[in-house]
Formats: sequence, structure tokens, C-alpha cells
Amino acid sequence: MSVLVYTENWDGKFKKLSYELVSYASSITNMAGGQVTALSIGNVNQNELSTLGAYGATSVLTVDGVSGGLDNQLYTQIIAAAMEKTGSKILVMAHNNAGKALAPRLSVRLNAGLAAGVTAVPESVDPVVVKKKVFSGKAFAKVKIVSESAILTLAQNSYEISETGGSASVESFDPAVDMAGAKTTVRSVQKQEGKLLLTDAEVVVSGGRGMKSSDNWGPIEELAAVLEAATACSRPVSDEGWRPHEEHTGQTGKIIAPNLYFAFGISGAIQHLAGVSSSKCIVAVNTDKDAPIFEAADYGIVGDALKVLPELITEIKAAKAQ
Amino acid sequence: MRILVCISNVPDTTTKVKFSNDHTSFDDSGVQWIINPWDELALTRAMELKEDTSNDVSHVTVVTVGPAGAEPTLRKALAIGADDAIRVDSEATDAHAVAAQIATVVENGDFDIILCGIESSDYNGSAVGGMISEMLKAPSVSAISSLSIDNGEAVITRDIDGGKEEVSVPAPFVGIVQKGIAKEPRIAAMRGIMMARKKPLQVVSAVETGTLTNYQEYAMPEPKAPCKMVEADQVKELVNLLQNEAKVL
Repeated sequence: MSVLVYTENWDGKFKKLSYELVSYASSITNMAGGQVTALSIGNVNQNELSTLGAYGATSVLTVDGVSGGLDNQLYTQIIAAAMEKTGSKILVMAHNNAGKALAPRLSVRLNAGLAAGVTAVPESVDPVVVKKKVFSGKAFAKVKIVSESAILTLAQNSYEISETGGSASVESFDPAVDMAGAKTTVRSVQKQEGKLLLTDAEVVVSGGRGMKSSDNWGPIEELAAVLEAATACSRPVSDEGWRPHEEHTGQTGKIIAPNLYFAFGISGAIQHLAGVSSSKCIVAVNTDKDAPIFEAADYGIVGDALKVLPELITEIKAAKAQ
Repeated sequence: MRILVCISNVPDTTTKVKFSNDHTSFDDSGVQWIINPWDELALTRAMELKEDTSNDVSHVTVVTVGPAGAEPTLRKALAIGADDAIRVDSEATDAHAVAAQIATVVENGDFDIILCGIESSDYNGSAVGGMISEMLKAPSVSAISSLSIDNGEAVITRDIDGGKEEVSVPAPFVGIVQKGIAKEPRIAAMRGIMMARKKPLQVVSAVETGTLTNYQEYAMPEPKAPCKMVEADQVKELVNLLQNEAKVL
């Protein structure tokens, strides 16, 4: 059962995410047979495209001539054409902004059941039965896809990259769709320059109301800089306007799954935990020993975040210097 | 301009999730039902757009797919300010079936902007909005964090992985919204609650449609090990544990 992977590139480069997706697809064909084809839209050079082979892609289809940002209808047509060309029955995408925009359209177009935010390799492939998070991470469900084809969007940081050492052939693909037919006009782009993306970060340093004021964010930013981490915050902090809403992690904000999550002065409301509980390791600092954050945390300090932070920065710098 | 806001009726986000003894269905006993948080933000923004008379938004309709038990949630949406409500009388079995019902409502109506939340807090499918747009062959824009109307055209900010884009699309279109679209969800005032009782709530029968997925079984996450506490004056020890025990530094 062949699998198509929709890969995304940023300025011509793949990120870890794309390799995760190809590794995941490769584990499906290990069970079910068939080939993994990676689809890349936009200008990516030959060398970069062929790196996908090392994670299990046997071929790479590259589509040129698409400009002007993501147009959901246009991309849907291109990906559907690639499914048809390769005879793939399973489509793997990321559960990120692009995946959430495209997967449901493709589900209708291909009459393929969608399991969104899957966290493991399917336990069977004919039919596809796969585990996904429900109730914002408070539970898991097994979803059976009852249609012939399936679309799986993989939750962030839920599958380890594995290198197979293979190589992929690269083929230019002309999907025969009207590239000029895009209805989305991009008026301007604001790139988040020089700042690590919250959803990409391996380490996240987050602050809550216990930080007391927007003026106290210096040490959070300093610790983030020391650890090459992204900064985040709880909902009250973004509602107060202390930090931008992009930093809000929690049920209605960003859902993240870094390797290490620091929660300073965050009590850990159930909605906040829904956004961060998939983190591999959670460290909490809070003055209230009964705060629910300590039920979710792996390591905790009962104390004032504003006092612990400077010491922690000093100790981590010292440990890193060794 | 007329706006349709799609509403999912979901358990309150503070609900302690439970399942039936055989783990095959959600146990909804004692559950408080609410407007899905992202849908509530979409509705709030729709009301703001209508109230700004320069936008020429004449009407805001809300729609949900569900049994009669979903009506109190629709009444809440009317109390927040929607002009009328539609309930499609059908169990919400999967995202595809729900989208097919709403797409039919759109085809039988007259809407310029269809707004959906980016996901529902129960099944987290992030699917219905995109599916509706494909069924209608209409443009869709996802991850919208601001929406305004400029000379009859929608001006949208959307999140992309790595930044933001300002985009425009012609109506009718499906807008899939996230946090940021409205500052805070609007809370119904007593006057709104009184008025909501008299606003039209139309029940339409479901169209025939199939499902593509089937939720078979549920499980709670594995219980986690208790938190290891470190004294506030032992920060060095914490760093040691992170480095040598958890191996995350």
C-alpha cells in the first residue's frame, strides 16, 4: 500500500518535521508494502530533495511554478494529482497550519477518511486503524478509516526520525492544474525573523501570572536565549496583553510538545495543561505547593519564579560551560 | 453581507473526561455543554463586524448539527447576538457527515462568509471548515487571526509556519479562525438572553450522507510518575537532575 508524504520547505530547506513525516510513512510501508513518495511544492534544489531518501522515500516528486503563498484550492488539486499519479492509498501530512488547511479539503476530494493529529503508527493498515488524541490530549481514541483511502496528519514531535540510509530518485511533476487559478492574494508577509518558532522548539520557557508584570520577562527571555529555546505564556498573560497572543500555549492557543517545558508562575489550569502535557519533560516553579501544574510536572520547585529564575540561569550557564 | 457561523456543541473545557465501561463511547452524564471555544471567538468577531455599520453586514446566522439537546447551546449563540439559528437534526457522527449537512445549509441559504473554528475541543479534528469549502468548491483560508472588511472585500491575517500573511479572497469563502480573531469571547447579557428566546431557531432535517471514519475505542493517558520536588535553595540540584537523570539539557 503506497504512501504519499506532503513535505513542506521553508525558503528551499526542509525542517525536521519533513523527515519525521517521511520516517513515519516509511514505517507504514514496512508493515503494508508499497513505496513512499515524497511530494515537494516550490523551489527546492536537487540535493535538498534527495535528502528525503535517507529517511525512506523511494522517489520525490517536485512541483515548480507555484508562487504567491498557500492557496488551499490550488494545493489540494496538486496533492490530489500526485496521489493519483503514484497510486497511493495513504496520504501523510503534518498536523500544522498547512496540514490543517489542506487535509480536510483532500479528504473530500479523494473520499479519504481523515485521522487528524495521530500519535502513533497505525495498528493495522487494511483497514487503517490509528491512535489519535481527543479532548485536547485528555484522552486517546482509536479511529478506523472506513473509506478505501486514508489521510493521516501526524501530531508534532510524536514520531522519532529514523534514517534508512536509502536514496530517492527525484522527478519533476507537472500536475496539469491551472497554476494561475489561485484565489488567495497575498498582500504582505511578516516573517518571524531571528526568533525560534514555538512549535519547532525543542525547549520552551513559559511564564504565567506568577511573573506579576510584563516588566519581569527579562529572565524568561535570558533563559530562553541560554537554552536556544522559544518563549511562551499562559492565557491570562496574553489576555492581559503582557505577551503577544502567538505565545499563548494551551487548549485554545498553541499545542506544543517540546522535549523540555519550563512553567514559571503557571498554576496549570486544565486548559493550559491540554496545550503542554505532551511535552517530554515539564519543570514547574510555583509558590503554591497545591497548584495543579505539579501534577503534570516531572520536576518542581515550590518557590517564587522571580527568585528561582536568576539562579537557574547562573547554574545552567555554569553546567553548560563544563 | 450575510455571515454564517458554524457552532460545535462540546463539553465544557473543564470537564473531567469519562468513557463508558466498554470504552467505546464518551460518557456525557453530568456534562455541561458549551459553544466550542474557537466557534465562540468566530461568533464574537462576526458580531463586531455587524455592529460596525461601515461593514454592511446585515445578518449573522449560527448553525449546528446535532439532536435537540444541542439547542441550549444555539440559544446561547443567539443570546450573544446572532440573528437566527439553524439546527440540522442529526447526530454528529463524523466530520465528513457534519460538513455535508452544513454544506447543504449553505447551498440552500445566502451567505457571503462562512466562519468555523479551527478545531473542536472534543475530537480535535480541524476538519469541518476545510471539508465544507471543498464540498462547496469555495476558497478557504485557515489559521485566521484577524478578519476585517474593506470596501466589501475580506482582509485576513493568517498564521503561516514562520510568520503571518495578510491575504484577501473573494466571497463567498470559508474562514477558519483561531485565537486572536477576537480579543475575548463575548458573554451574553441578560437582555440578550431574554431576546434570544424570541429569535428564530429553525430545525431542518438531515440529508443522506455517509461517514469516512469510525471512533472505535477510547483510552485515558498512562498515569504519570509523581513530580520530583526540589527545594527552592537547591537550584543546582535541579540542573543536575535535568542534565543527568532526565537528560534534557
